[in-house]
Amino acid sequence: MITKIMNWFDDRLPITATLERHLTKYPAPINMNIWYLAGVLLVVVLVIQLLSGIWLLMNYEATAEGAFASIQYIMRDVEYGYIIRYMHTTGASAFFALIYLHMFRGMMYGSYQKPRELLWVVGWLTYLLLCMLGFTGYVLPWGQMSFWAAQVIMSLFGSIPYFGEDLLTWIRGDYLISGITLNRLFALHVVLLPLALIVVIFVHILALHEVGSNNPDGVDVKKFKDKDGVPLDTKPFFPYDVMHDLYAIGVFLIFFCTIMFFYPDGGGYVIEYVNYEPADNLKTPDHIIPAWYYTPYYAMLRAITFPLFGLSAKFLGFVVMAAGIAIFVALPWLDRSSVKSIKYKGIYSKVFLVLFVISFFVLGYLGSVAPSPIRTAVAQFFTATYFAYFLLMPIYSKYERCKPVPDRVQLS
Amino acid sequence: MQPKPPPNPGRRKFLIGATSVVGAVGVAGAAIPFIGSWNPSAKAEAAGAPAIADISKLAPGEMMIVEWRGVPIYIVKHSEESLNQIDKNLERLADPDSATEQQPDYAKNKYRSRKKEISVLTAVCTHLACAPKFYPQLGTTDFDSNWQGGFFCPCHGSKFDLAGRVYSGVPAPDNLPVPPHYYKTDGLLVIGEDGETA
Ligand code: HEM
Ligand code: FES
Repeated sequence: MITKIMNWFDDRLPITATLERHLTKYPAPINMNIWYLAGVLLVVVLVIQLLSGIWLLMNYEATAEGAFASIQYIMRDVEYGYIIRYMHTTGASAFFALIYLHMFRGMMYGSYQKPRELLWVVGWLTYLLLCMLGFTGYVLPWGQMSFWAAQVIMSLFGSIPYFGEDLLTWIRGDYLISGITLNRLFALHVVLLPLALIVVIFVHILALHEVGSNNPDGVDVKKFKDKDGVPLDTKPFFPYDVMHDLYAIGVFLIFFCTIMFFYPDGGGYVIEYVNYEPADNLKTPDHIIPAWYYTPYYAMLRAITFPLFGLSAKFLGFVVMAAGIAIFVALPWLDRSSVKSIKYKGIYSKVFLVLFVISFFVLGYLGSVAPSPIRTAVAQFFTATYFAYFLLMPIYSKYERCKPVPDRVQLS
Repeated sequence: MQPKPPPNPGRRKFLIGATSVVGAVGVAGAAIPFIGSWNPSAKAEAAGAPAIADISKLAPGEMMIVEWRGVPIYIVKHSEESLNQIDKNLERLADPDSATEQQPDYAKNKYRSRKKEISVLTAVCTHLACAPKFYPQLGTTDFDSNWQGGFFCPCHGSKFDLAGRVYSGVPAPDNLPVPPHYYKTDGLLVIGEDGETA
């Protein structure tokens, strides 16, 4: 009976075939490790953000007069409103934490190398969209931080030579940040960007399933297949990966709920304290600092204190900051190594990867504290090492001595 | 199964070309309202009414803030002492003579104002638009070991002197703008209009 019903559907819509191709029979390399969990957790967080976002929308008011009060209303008077909101703010931080881990995994195992270049580019697009989502969402509560972060970040466009000022007015829709700006950021945050994100994530997964997963050894599992054409070093996604993914989701949600229930402010990192004051267009807070996930780039922006080639320091800072986010997309073409995984790459690749991680964390710290001459100098140094990882890669990845890569995956 | 190639390829090519051109023109045309609607609306354009400030009670050394077009305008009444400071710091300023067009002609003078004891400044940092803070005191501050009084921007540390002139070596490139303004009476300052003397 069930088979009959299923067949009726399958003749009209490829349900079983799609499920098998993308889920149950998807061949996953047997040596996947904990780093491979971030992807599925990102999808979980996407669902959390969509749900909590839509529920916030039911009580949020996108006007300069009403936005701040409506958030307080959600927090105090709407039943369970505070949980919905904390879910969304915790979700935003979790999203970024996971996407950074996910990207780092790709960098370690050379997952951007042929044939996964496009998969990497599409993934980078989701990161870009997420950055925009985070920024537009941050403005919505219309607190002091919302207002002045929007003011500073949008003013960056005004630094573009020749047409910057006009572009800035066009983006703001006003001669300064105002309710008009809030309204359009709101439309982007709740409709356009989430829609785009869903589409891009969908394409990301399609691309993954076309080329197959990489693995910690960076070897091509499709080289050795059994008589049915199934790669030897893989196992079907169901039940093997589904089981450990479910387990990971459980652990993740325990962690997530701990923050959401007990540390919703995350010590001022998940929700910044200054944002508990309503936006005041006449008074800038003493320290304006972006959300933690942008601080490395904010440090880069501040590190550029000198004009160069006739371009103002302000514009250069903007360019460097944008480049810091953009440069990931070039990785597939910067890496000239014949080896994928860091396990078998030479010493230079290892050193530069470690340097990159250190730079990222140091910049992240510096972007979250007030600047001083010494800190600026340190930020300049680590901005240079951050970019060195990428820009010197064509050289060091080509000329280093790599270890021999095994034919089959290694299980330790 | 491959579909049969069309019998007259020249014709197909022409049709595809022609429809692509029409389509591209259509897309360009459709983009106009979408892009145009992001420009400042009539409401935003109209919000420029002048602001009026009663400065009769402003004491020397004090500052008041009024809002004009949504931006903070700082009105500072200088004390004799700080007026004497005005030339003390010139070598640290990037544009001490107010050469860049950051003020109306009638404020293009040493004090950047119509009346030397009163500064009227648009408090929008020329770096990234934060509102600089007023630090009238002299001497050592958190951010300067020999401060001559003026404005300090908390966002990225730009410094301006009491007349709103920017220091060199800070992120902000220009002096704080002086908005159009005039005195209706001695104690009544109108911001946003040049008055008759303009
Ligand atoms: C998908 C990734 C998303 C991210 C990373 C994200 C991020 C954020 C952030 C950082 C805030 C500011 C929170 C605060 O400080 O209070 C915010 C607020 C908000 N978001 Fe999202 N968001 C996402 C998706 C969505 C979606 C899909 C919707 C609705 C369909 C939505 C609706 C809202 C609303 C109404 C607010 C304002 C309420 C509040 O501030 O708590 N968001 N979002
Ligand atoms: S906005 Fe004033 S220093 Fe950057």
